[in-house]
Amino acid sequence: MPIEILMPALSPTMEEGNLAKWVKKEGDSVAPGDVIAEIETDKATMEVEAVDEGTIGKILVQEGSEGVKVNTPIAVLLADGESVADLDKAAAPAPAKLEEEKVEEPAAQEPKPAKAEGGTVPAAPKLEVASDPDIPSGTEMVPTTVREALRDAMAEEMRSDESVFVMGEEVAEYQGAYKITQGLLQEFGAKRVVDTPITEHGFAGVGVGAAFAGLKPIVEFMTFNFAMQAIDQIVNSAAKTLYMAGGQMGAPIVFRGPNGAAARVAAQHSQCYAAWYGHIPGLKVVMPYTAADAKGLLKAAIRDPNPVIFLENEILYGQTFDVPKLDDFVLPIGKARIHKQGTDATIVSFGIGMTYAVKAAEELAGEGIDVEVIDLRTIRPMDLETVIESVRKTNRLVTVEEGFPQSSVGSHIASQVMQRAFDYLDAPIITVAGKDVPMPYAANLEKLALPSVPEVVEAVKAVCYRN
Amino acid sequence: MARAASKTNATKSRPARKSPAGGAQAPKNPPKAPPPADFKKDDDLSAYREMLLIRRFEEKAGQLYGMGLIGGFCHLYIGQEAVVVGMQMAIKEGDQVITGYRDHGHMLAAGMKARGVMAELTGRRNGYSKGKGGSMHMFSKEKNFYGGHGIVGAQVSLGTGLAFANRYRENDSVSLTYFGDGAANQGQVYESFNMASLWKLPVVYIIENNRYAMGTAVTRSSAETDFSHRGLSFKIPGIQVDGMDVRAVKAAGDLAVEWCRSGKGPIILEMQTYRYRGHSMSDPAKYRSKDEVQKMRSEHDPIEQVKQRLLANGWADEDALKAIDKEVRDIVGDSADFAQSDPEPDVSELYTDILL
Repeated sequence: MPIEILMPALSPTMEEGNLAKWVKKEGDSVAPGDVIAEIETDKATMEVEAVDEGTIGKILVQEGSEGVKVNTPIAVLLADGESVADLDKAAAPAPAKLEEEKVEEPAAQEPKPAKAEGGTVPAAPKLEVASDPDIPSGTEMVPTTVREALRDAMAEEMRSDESVFVMGEEVAEYQGAYKITQGLLQEFGAKRVVDTPITEHGFAGVGVGAAFAGLKPIVEFMTFNFAMQAIDQIVNSAAKTLYMAGGQMGAPIVFRGPNGAAARVAAQHSQCYAAWYGHIPGLKVVMPYTAADAKGLLKAAIRDPNPVIFLENEILYGQTFDVPKLDDFVLPIGKARIHKQGTDATIVSFGIGMTYAVKAAEELAGEGIDVEVIDLRTIRPMDLETVIESVRKTNRLVTVEEGFPQSSVGSHIASQVMQRAFDYLDAPIITVAGKDVPMPYAANLEKLALPSVPEVVEAVKAVCYRN
Repeated sequence: MARAASKTNATKSRPARKSPAGGAQAPKNPPKAPPPADFKKDDDLSAYREMLLIRRFEEKAGQLYGMGLIGGFCHLYIGQEAVVVGMQMAIKEGDQVITGYRDHGHMLAAGMKARGVMAELTGRRNGYSKGKGGSMHMFSKEKNFYGGHGIVGAQVSLGTGLAFANRYRENDSVSLTYFGDGAANQGQVYESFNMASLWKLPVVYIIENNRYAMGTAVTRSSAETDFSHRGLSFKIPGIQVDGMDVRAVKAAGDLAVEWCRSGKGPIILEMQTYRYRGHSMSDPAKYRSKDEVQKMRSEHDPIEQVKQRLLANGWADEDALKAIDKEVRDIVGDSADFAQSDPEPDVSELYTDILL
């Protein structure tokens, strides 16, 4: 049967073009790959190649024609033994009709599926997150630094799973730039505790590739500031592959290391990445405050089949908290922890931000304001249910973090609470964050750039109208 | 230029410092390009069929793109078929393959089904990624094909990681990591070379030098245009291969894979090849002359070379070749029909496969 040659599209946005020139004429025989015509748009001129073998039976659109719509038949190709007389039998390789599936922005106060042209946008599935395990009464609590808790978590998981290994700069012989991997080389050997060259982009990619192949790498960044060199591999390779592969393969990998400001290390070494990674679907993002959470959540992160960003803090490394002495203490990723119950206002924070929140709550208690403090622990998936439940009780909300204020974790919480619990709010939400400046070096300016306890106290008073 | 620079350094007359011991050892007998493999009838027939399948598939993909059935970017492999087909003939079960976004040929060579690849190109539910990946992002765990990556050069670190896993597991699998002359200028390529050599990882770096990084000729983008030398600073040996001759590719592939399997670490194969089409479907390729393209097509075409050999040796006559051609056309035609009739993914797939 004769085949119609259609006006091709040069790009997905092209709707019409000019037939600039016929390279072949009626009666010419063509083979696949032969150039038969040239078409042009305002952007480019392209050659049209034959896909099938045959003879040009008839040219339907003459050269010089302008505004020829895409998919218009421009010529008819005859196969062996066919003649021009067969032309009325020509069958168009009719393009299949595509149903337009336009996805609309969900309406602001409409958490229900929005109706879009041609279909309904499905609701995002609710993630089921388990509660913290019960700690049996009488369990011994061991004072432990965050540093030791992180090391213990890695050691325990490496003992139980041969496919877990740790790689990064100075993790082995040097025992960790911040001594988080202390003792691991001695216990597990150089095969599983791998010193890398200073090559973040490269070893992040090597880690993701090893994870594709089924290993469970723990990639330590000396600090997350240096992970900006590697962010393409984290976002484009680790986070997106499961989706792009239709679920066939993903990356069971943990990227961990200190994040945020330390002390007096200035702009390039003092940035919080919670909001950056919290933005990315396909990642889990954990940012613990206590040693118990650091241990239980790092063990969960290593076992998790997804890429997990584990944001630690250098200043917290040396702080001591009680850690339950249990054989296998694992906490759920995606569950906030109510650090202190209260009735008058809610403070939500995470990581080192909790140090301000906790001190502010103590101060406010002295002034008769009973604050509920929520430690988010996980930035993504975010436990907004716990936050909203608290806001329904206290009707007032302050968020606290060290990161920059624009598009911060706090601004996301504020927008969600506004959309989902507007009627419960008795005051505008206040987001306390780092100042909108690169971190200065001078001690006095650095102090000003970070949030402070008085700022948090003031914010809580403001939402309680107690100023 | 390089010569002049080294002269300048020499005038400083500082005594050359001896490199400290350690690091990676340079191979004592660096491998040389082997002669083309001695193909028998079955080898040539198989190579002919595989290369033809890729070419016909790509031509059909180009046609469907022109009809608006394939969206986004679409990078065709036409002209480069001998590279993947020859390399595939050199590996065994368990070896991994990873490449960039000009990936349709790699997938077909790895044994992935034409229907699944074409349906992914049209964004349909039975595509390899359920329609959610598209031309540049396709995977098959079953066939050890690890993508299909859209960021130029990213697959080089990832492929090095696949080799890291082989080494860790102490198996004898080899990672074939493909990238182009354009990607060869990305920084992470050299970060990966360093680690692969330091840790003796079993990875074959296959640089498909098709002479153009999108529209920029290698001479305008690369200070060192001999890509087989790109590993010298890392003590990684390299071989230049006629990437238009499937027998030359097979022989180099055999050597490289054996090099890795025997624990000698990484090796580079520079495949000198050529793409007939533009960088992507929307590239009119004005940066090169028609004569240049025509000369490659008429004098070096990888499929035509095998065809002439089959006929000259009496291994196949015109009828036998026509029968292969028809079989290939039927597979491609069927995949195109399937890719148009297969439904788009169910809307419920919007939120699946984000997290496990």
